[in-house]
Amino acid sequence: MRDLKKEDRLVSETISINDVHHIATLARLKFEETEAEKIKDDLNSILGYMEKLNELDTTNVKPTSHTLDIFTVTRPDETRPSLSNEEALANAPQAENAHFKVPKVIE
Amino acid sequence: MKYEPVIGLEVHVQMDTQSKIFCGCSNKFGSEPNTNVCPVCLGMPGVLPVLNEKVVDFTVKAGLALNCEIRERSVFARKNYFYPDLPKAYQISQYELPICENGYIDIELEDGTSKRIGITRIHIEEDAGKLMHSADSSGADLNRTGTPLMEIVSEPDIRSAEEAKAYVQKLRTILKYAEVSDCNMEEGSMRCDVNLSLRENSDAPFGTRAEIKNVNSFKSVERAAKYEEKRQAKILNDGGKVVQETRLFNADTGVTTSMRGKEDAHDYRYFPDPDLVPLVITKEYINDINEKLPELPDARKKRFIDEYSLPAYDAAFLTSEKTYADFFEKALKTHNNPKGVSNLIMSELMRQVNDKQCEINDAGCSAENLAEIVKLIDKGTISGNISKKLFEEVIATGEKPSVIVEKKGMAQNSDEGELESIVQKVIDANPDETERFRAGDKKLQGFFMGQIMRESKGKANPGVVSQLLNKLIK
Repeated sequence: MRDLKKEDRLVSETISINDVHHIATLARLKFEETEAEKIKDDLNSILGYMEKLNELDTTNVKPTSHTLDIFTVTRPDETRPSLSNEEALANAPQAENAHFKVPKVIE
Repeated sequence: MKYEPVIGLEVHVQMDTQSKIFCGCSNKFGSEPNTNVCPVCLGMPGVLPVLNEKVVDFTVKAGLALNCEIRERSVFARKNYFYPDLPKAYQISQYELPICENGYIDIELEDGTSKRIGITRIHIEEDAGKLMHSADSSGADLNRTGTPLMEIVSEPDIRSAEEAKAYVQKLRTILKYAEVSDCNMEEGSMRCDVNLSLRENSDAPFGTRAEIKNVNSFKSVERAAKYEEKRQAKILNDGGKVVQETRLFNADTGVTTSMRGKEDAHDYRYFPDPDLVPLVITKEYINDINEKLPELPDARKKRFIDEYSLPAYDAAFLTSEKTYADFFEKALKTHNNPKGVSNLIMSELMRQVNDKQCEINDAGCSAENLAEIVKLIDKGTISGNISKKLFEEVIATGEKPSVIVEKKGMAQNSDEGELESIVQKVIDANPDETERFRAGDKKLQGFFMGQIMRESKGKANPGVVSQLLNKLIK
């Protein structure tokens, strides 16, 4: 793909630095200020393309949540063997009394 | 200052399926920790969830029972948040396109009138796991992860704590009739969140609401709403503002407390789940389920009044649980005396159910046996008095009432000849009373009846005795 010159780029101004920190918190991520600035620019640049796409008139187009033309895939209500407790916990960093051991979540 | 509470309820109901919503693990309650789990419900990478068809059946059934419109095309969405009881870090739910919308139920108020409460939507989702907390860590049991849930969201139509309780009770009755869940609040198969705000009067706009979680009994629904109403009224009366937040109800103290650190909780970033294709339901499928829907409590109550001439109180009681109504109608097949059967169920049988805290079918007296007791009374074989003792014997031995009556000699004596000699004996033994009775002291009727019953060991037919008494003392 050919490099766009800076002035050709479609850059949105939707995302603020606070938005970056908020989204990072939701995703359990942490950034330094300089990183956050770069990510803000990246996100705004991506949203810029989206805004360009938004110029298309899609009034009569149904929202596409799935690209395949299939629907209603179900299975019968039948049980199948589960894992043993040992197998279930095998990948857990920590386990205790048959439970997955996690940092305390309620004060 | 007085305020009007505005209440809406979100009720989560676990569906009574064999397997989980998106995998074949057992949906049984009470298994050893982390034994009903597999890569799908543990959220391992690369697995594909496949929807349990029974979950669709049950939700459509519940939707129809709650007078909802069924959406022909609905979509699953990912609700994203981090919590250790949710291994994928998202819950599969429905957001913009839930399966059922715009329903209602009618609740009975204390003054005997009924009120319609709107149901905004019902959507399908998966339950999360369970956490056990110790001093320095938490333990996750993921057996419950993937249990099929329907979330039933009411309109903010509820105006008091009592109405909130009545709504949840009615909801439970209907869902049990529809046989989609056991709605056992103690085991958590039915759980409520209460949304409550206050406003100055019924024309004012809604105030800021608090969402109260962990409300897990009918009593708690009422208590949590009452507490929250008081708490918010105090804030407003002190000139403060109610904060929109999530609060936790503590059933031991009856108090709600703020769940700190949940301020980001409502930023769930929903988006359509690419793993699950849209669900399309045909009109034929909906009609098919509608035809199979059992008679629901309101219709059954009306029929009990019309068809069996029962008082509204009896009909409401008997139809409050599907098992009660089924028991009642089964008993009528043995002996068709609706009011007599209803009386015995509501008095003696309910005493057993309450004492034993059991289901009506486990109380120790079958519908056939209960009906036979009523039949024995109606035929005059036993007295109303002795029927209580007979009922206890049936409970204790499980034997047929007619067999017990024979064995224990409980049959009432209606033989005029035999009874006449007993009555005469009592008259002869009480000359003074006889004189006063003859002179018109009608109060002595009770005295004589008592003496005669004692003499006959409680077996004399009171109707026959009463006639004989008046004949012999004339």
